[in-house]
Amino acid sequence: MRRTELAIVGAGPAGLSAAVEAASAGVHVTLIDENRKPGGQLFKQIHKFFGSKEHYAGVRGFEIGMRLLEEVERLGVDVMLDSVVWGIFKEHTLGIIHDRRNILLRADKILLATGATENALAFPGWTLPGVMGAGAVQTMMNIHRVLPGRRAIMIGSGNVGLIVSYQLLQAGAQVIAVVEAAPRIGGYGVHASKLRRYGVPILTSTTIKEAGGKEEVERAVLVKLDGNWQQIPGTEEEHEVDLICLAVGLSPLAELAWMAGCRFEYIPELGGHVPIHNSNMETTVPGIYVAGDIAGVEEASTAMEEGKLAGIAIAESLGYLRSDEARDRKGEVLKRLSELRSGPFGRMRRRAKERLQRRYGVE
Amino acid sequence: MSLERDGVLSDEELAGLPGMPSKERLNRGPVAVIECAQEIPCNPCEDACPNGAIQVGEPITNLPRLIEDRCTGCGLCVPACPGLAIFVVDMSYSEDEAALQIPYEFLPMPRKGEMVEGLDREGKVVCSALVVRALNSKRFDHTAVITIVVPKDQAMKVRGIRATARSPL
Repeated sequence: MRRTELAIVGAGPAGLSAAVEAASAGVHVTLIDENRKPGGQLFKQIHKFFGSKEHYAGVRGFEIGMRLLEEVERLGVDVMLDSVVWGIFKEHTLGIIHDRRNILLRADKILLATGATENALAFPGWTLPGVMGAGAVQTMMNIHRVLPGRRAIMIGSGNVGLIVSYQLLQAGAQVIAVVEAAPRIGGYGVHASKLRRYGVPILTSTTIKEAGGKEEVERAVLVKLDGNWQQIPGTEEEHEVDLICLAVGLSPLAELAWMAGCRFEYIPELGGHVPIHNSNMETTVPGIYVAGDIAGVEEASTAMEEGKLAGIAIAESLGYLRSDEARDRKGEVLKRLSELRSGPFGRMRRRAKERLQRRYGVE
Repeated sequence: MSLERDGVLSDEELAGLPGMPSKERLNRGPVAVIECAQEIPCNPCEDACPNGAIQVGEPITNLPRLIEDRCTGCGLCVPACPGLAIFVVDMSYSEDEAALQIPYEFLPMPRKGEMVEGLDREGKVVCSALVVRALNSKRFDHTAVITIVVPKDQAMKVRGIRATARSPL
């Protein structure tokens, strides 16, 4: 059996940031990811991030990813790619499939930074090719440079839906409309304005009724919703499209935390069932930590800060940081996190996180 | 019309923004117009201004405030805003025309001397516009700043441009 001090599952923004913090304190870190390249969703993000200088504001997501990768390399973190963690067992042991072989890795501490999974939306015709998640659209466009459709409808007006719609425009597609079931736009107004300026309508109180087409998506039927989220008959509108992109939210990808026996709490504002954790990001199973979207769906910038927090806390618990050093560093991270969770958009998430942390230690 | 419902700032919403220059200041020459209306944690505009003319301060969710007498209209804040919500308007450009700096992230990149369509906040074509400058320096990180000339009465309406069919060189 292989041994490591800290095993991090998931090399996205949270996992990479945790690896940097822990390794720079001297911890031996093994970073595991099922993809061929590290970075998680960061390398699909071609827009400039919000925040302050300390949050990499104004820097495009993929560039943040490159900076983190350089750091991880410089620090000599052990990176296992193409490696699927399929189980988590007693004594912090991970079952990993790598190169068709099964490897057992025992770690003193485990950080689960597995991210989130996209929610689906079922409607007649939703299994037709051409109906896909926003993540797949971003992967095709921004990683593989393949345009997934020429005439698109976006379902969902959260930041993901708005940003991916703008990226579709940048890639040369037409976006017929962004559709939002709620009476208000979900994401930032500035993202919505960028789309409106280039002629994309954002239809609130509207949903997709069905998709049609022989072999693939050829049309979408939209319908208005009333105050009780019921379709209003007679308001159907048909649009010729070849891409229906779903951006209807994310849920924490937490199977490993369930398997490890972590306690969960259902918090809709954070995407559903979330492992209960304390302010060190430690779950109710000692030695198992969470950071990023698995700990409550937020943003890449909050994921990076949570990763740092976990990395510092783990380095401290392994004896690599004195408690006063750790306290100071954690204090800085917590300050930046509370900045990211302020304002009308962040406040709801901050309260939900506080509620989650209050559950820690309560049976 | 409202930002939350339509993604378009209404005239009332615009008028109440702390990033809006006064009419007098607009008439004096180039000045930043900051169309940032939601309290999101973000402040690169404050760091971008060499003259301290944009203040966010603490908390970081404050709306950016334009100190109009310090603003020279240099336009460094235009590509720095991740939300592409800052423009520079120069009402003193000529008798009946204004110059407008717009952040632009599409291809093909408009060229100096080219005519483009001026789009309002809803994407409607409201005028044609002449490109007088197209800056895309490395520091802007692929957010080009395109300066166009529009009729004066369109300067506070036009916020986007669309290249018209380009004749082969």
